[in-house]
Amino acid sequence: MAKITFIQHNGSEQTVDGQTGMTVMETAVKNMVPGIDADCGGACACATCHVYVEPGWLEKTGPRNPMEEDMLDFAFDVRDESRLSCQIKVSDALDGLRVKVPEKQF
Amino acid sequence: MSEEVISTDAVIVGAGPCGLFAVFELGLLDIKCHVVDILDRAGGQCAELYPEKPIYDIPALSIVTGSELTHRLLDQAKPFKAQYHFSQMVSELRKLEDGRFELKTDGGIVFHAKVVVIAAGGGSFQPKKPPIPGIEAYEKTSVFYSVKKMDALRGRDILIVGGGDSALDWTLNLQPLANSLTLLHRRDDFRAAPDSVKKMRELVAAGKMQLKLGQVTGLTGENGVLSSAQVKGNEGPFDIATNAMLPFFGLTMKLGPVAEWGLNLHENLIPVDTAKFESSVPGIFAIGDINSYAGKLKLILSGFHEAALMAQEAFHHIHPGEGLLFQYTTSSSSLQKKLGVA
Repeated sequence: MAKITFIQHNGSEQTVDGQTGMTVMETAVKNMVPGIDADCGGACACATCHVYVEPGWLEKTGPRNPMEEDMLDFAFDVRDESRLSCQIKVSDALDGLRVKVPEKQF
Repeated sequence: MSEEVISTDAVIVGAGPCGLFAVFELGLLDIKCHVVDILDRAGGQCAELYPEKPIYDIPALSIVTGSELTHRLLDQAKPFKAQYHFSQMVSELRKLEDGRFELKTDGGIVFHAKVVVIAAGGGSFQPKKPPIPGIEAYEKTSVFYSVKKMDALRGRDILIVGGGDSALDWTLNLQPLANSLTLLHRRDDFRAAPDSVKKMRELVAAGKMQLKLGQVTGLTGENGVLSSAQVKGNEGPFDIATNAMLPFFGLTMKLGPVAEWGLNLHENLIPVDTAKFESSVPGIFAIGDINSYAGKLKLILSGFHEAALMAQEAFHHIHPGEGLLFQYTTSSSSLQKKLGVA
């Protein structure tokens, strides 16, 4: 279990319980977090679950995988802290994780 | 210009797995089909979202990729000689006085069909529009998400944004006729076919086009005519002079015109009954991800079942009062004849 906080573009926050083994994207969808569209359902095929990992957490979530790096070409305003949330697996080590949701997944 | 009308038994909207299997099931009942899809090839989400990714829950196929499943379904439906119309979006659907349905595509094709099968999945795939402030003001005049006529871009200062096959293909196609061409991508790696990337790099080396790394943050222009794009580069901001920008950020699913066809919708899905998979309008059916009913699972295998039951009712709609003998492909010589195996 890990508490995960999603921060919306307008600053509002929502903290939900993430189950170990699920992805951050699945956790968002299950809890109806706005702004995580996940069109492809987690196949790393659409880049509509784009998030910005908050400072200090990037080391724990780890780097992007090559497929994810390719898919981020389809996202808008990609930054160093950009990840696709379907590629981040929840674990105890991520308890307290904070991610920002982009204004629009487009 | 007079419109040629294609008269047929059934029009299937969507060439994804469910649409393709509907060709097979309707074909067994001698119902002739035309299939329309907005993509340039069959497969729907299997082709666009996960052609190379394995699917593990197709009965009897312990593992199959989206692309292979599509090919198998096309092959299975081949005996029924359906006609496929790709890169076409069904924009209008209305009922005619004689009980048939008229469908029009954005490419100008008109169908008159006895039944319509909507197998449109999550709707139609449409180009993603990057949320750059003020971009709407330039759409159709200076910002294009697809290229309909290359000539419209002749002599212009073209900016292509993206790193996939669409971006690279259009870079190579438009470079010879552009006044200037710049390819902008967020990194110096490209998903596109290596051969296209090589050709692009040769053009850059020859001074015939420019490659820049960065992401567009803003646009400047007047009266819908773009003059430059503001870019956040890896080493600081810069501007690119352009009067024609083509962003290629992939496709996204939008419900699209289905919402305007007068069908009852529930949360953007078409409610159907589970005996006939018919919509609120008799003769219009909905199968696959686009329908909804109690217990619905968005699985390809569910769509196959829905196609089989839909075909029975479609037969009764086309041949009112006629009996339909239930037959197995293993034993029925008439079905085997249709399949070309008897």
